[in-house]
Amino acid sequence: MKIVYTDNNATTKVADEVIEEMLPYFGELYGNPSSMHTFGDQVGKKVKEARQRVADFINADPDEIVFTSCGTESDNAAINAALIAFPEKKHIITSNVEHPAINNLYQHLKKTKGYEVTFVPVDKKGLLDLDLLYKSMSDNTAIVSLMWANNETGVLFPIEEIAKKTREKGILFHTDAVQAAGKIPIDVKKAGVDMLSLSGHKIHAPKGIGVLYVKKGFKFSPLLIGGHQEKGRRGGTENTVSIIGLGKACELAKENLPIMNTEVRGLRDYLQTGLLEKIPGSSVNGDLEQRLPNTLYIGFDAVEGESILLLLDREGICASSGSACTSGSLDPSHVLMAMKVPFKSAHGSIRFSLSHYNTKEEMDIIITTLVPVIQKLRDMSPFWKDGKMV
Amino acid sequence: MWDYTDQVKDHFLKPRNVGELKGANAIGETGSLNCGDALRLYLKVNKNERIMDASFMTFGCASAVASSSALTEIIKGMTLDEAAKITNDDISDYLGGLPKEKMHCSVMGQSALKKAIANFRGVQILSKPGQIVCECFDVTDLEIIDAVKANGLETTEDVTNYLKAGGGCGQCLDRIEEVLESVKAKG
Repeated sequence: MKIVYTDNNATTKVADEVIEEMLPYFGELYGNPSSMHTFGDQVGKKVKEARQRVADFINADPDEIVFTSCGTESDNAAINAALIAFPEKKHIITSNVEHPAINNLYQHLKKTKGYEVTFVPVDKKGLLDLDLLYKSMSDNTAIVSLMWANNETGVLFPIEEIAKKTREKGILFHTDAVQAAGKIPIDVKKAGVDMLSLSGHKIHAPKGIGVLYVKKGFKFSPLLIGGHQEKGRRGGTENTVSIIGLGKACELAKENLPIMNTEVRGLRDYLQTGLLEKIPGSSVNGDLEQRLPNTLYIGFDAVEGESILLLLDREGICASSGSACTSGSLDPSHVLMAMKVPFKSAHGSIRFSLSHYNTKEEMDIIITTLVPVIQKLRDMSPFWKDGKMV
Repeated sequence: MWDYTDQVKDHFLKPRNVGELKGANAIGETGSLNCGDALRLYLKVNKNERIMDASFMTFGCASAVASSSALTEIIKGMTLDEAAKITNDDISDYLGGLPKEKMHCSVMGQSALKKAIANFRGVQILSKPGQIVCECFDVTDLEIIDAVKANGLETTEDVTNYLKAGGGCGQCLDRIEEVLESVKAKG
């Protein structure tokens, strides 16, 4: 069965070019990049090249790039460093739609370390309440951490605008750009952020590699204390193979960025229009404009997400759901709840997230498959009769 | 992905007895749109109180659909007295077991059946006895005590898996813990 992969916000295919770049370093080129000998140093040079490629991708200096094991580690390292840098400040700010990497970390800090936490709310479209954000900033605030793009809805936060405020007030600003990277342009100098997290496997590099950008001048304390690697900012022998792969992936992502905003956006809009037209009682979650070009989060009234996903899965279509039943908790996603999306469509919300590997033909397959799937489930649903909610 | 048995998959993909039942003379409804799952059970009962036919309409995940389908198959041909003895474990066993996080789907089946039987017999189920513990899913302390005793539940997580109680906002988790402790204390 042909797989139609539209779950790229969950993870992406490792690009063939990335695999090719990494292969020699799985095999004969196994040296330690820190070694004095030429054998290790040839790996060291390749890691240096990768660091330069990552830096170019986000317009940073290579010295500002710290390789980590994943986006979650980058987020943890950023917050940890901020709290160490400002031990006297006991207030931290984020939003109420963050990825668990930040959300649960903030909850943990609140519960175990007594930090005062502000979870800034979003409106029905998933847009941040900027007034409340700015009002909650104070001399006691150690750090503001906000995602650049939401993983579920794809809704964007105005990072550049927020960074201006944090700079004015002298507060550190970290952004989790894991979902934004490769989909919209990222320029750390223009954005003016202090720290920024990236994850390799969201941009066609392997899983298990992440990046924390740390702006020059910030006195960064490491989360993983150990050797001198990463200039003392992250102990542990470098994951050389994945770093090299990530370097290549960043180079490709930079090249492919225009395609994201044209072709991929076109496919997403085609899918969106097709589904909205052909399936009554469907609605898009999140702001239509301030949104990643690859993400469509669409809710179907009176049906439940897990059922939809399983029926799509039988046809080889991979997508995600904000449904309670797919997560282990019983409420729909915290993002949809924060946006006050009505229950009638929240439980039946499906996320399609595309990449440049997707085709128009695949969008047609999704549309023609999903129409009867929703119909079948609605025929079974006590809340749907004669073409509408009851 | 959930580890569903072949029976669950089969009953989800090819549910038996779906849709409104013409000539039904008993209906039992449980769950709600807000909860994320809901079941409406239709029964056609003859004058000897035998279930001649049953059907369902369900909004929910695969195990909710499969539990509903299984329930209708189990009870067809039973008398109401026989059906009244059906428990959520019978539904789960019929399907070769459910993931523990999904046990509440079988509990939903049992609850709808109880309500349908009461509906046929003209018994009104008044407001539930006991005190509401979980506001999100409308679960009382007595229901929790019953479920704990009947199924040997040990943790708040078990209670959530069976009754959904505590699975919403989570504010009642401490209270569920207290109820659990009180059952343990009484042995």
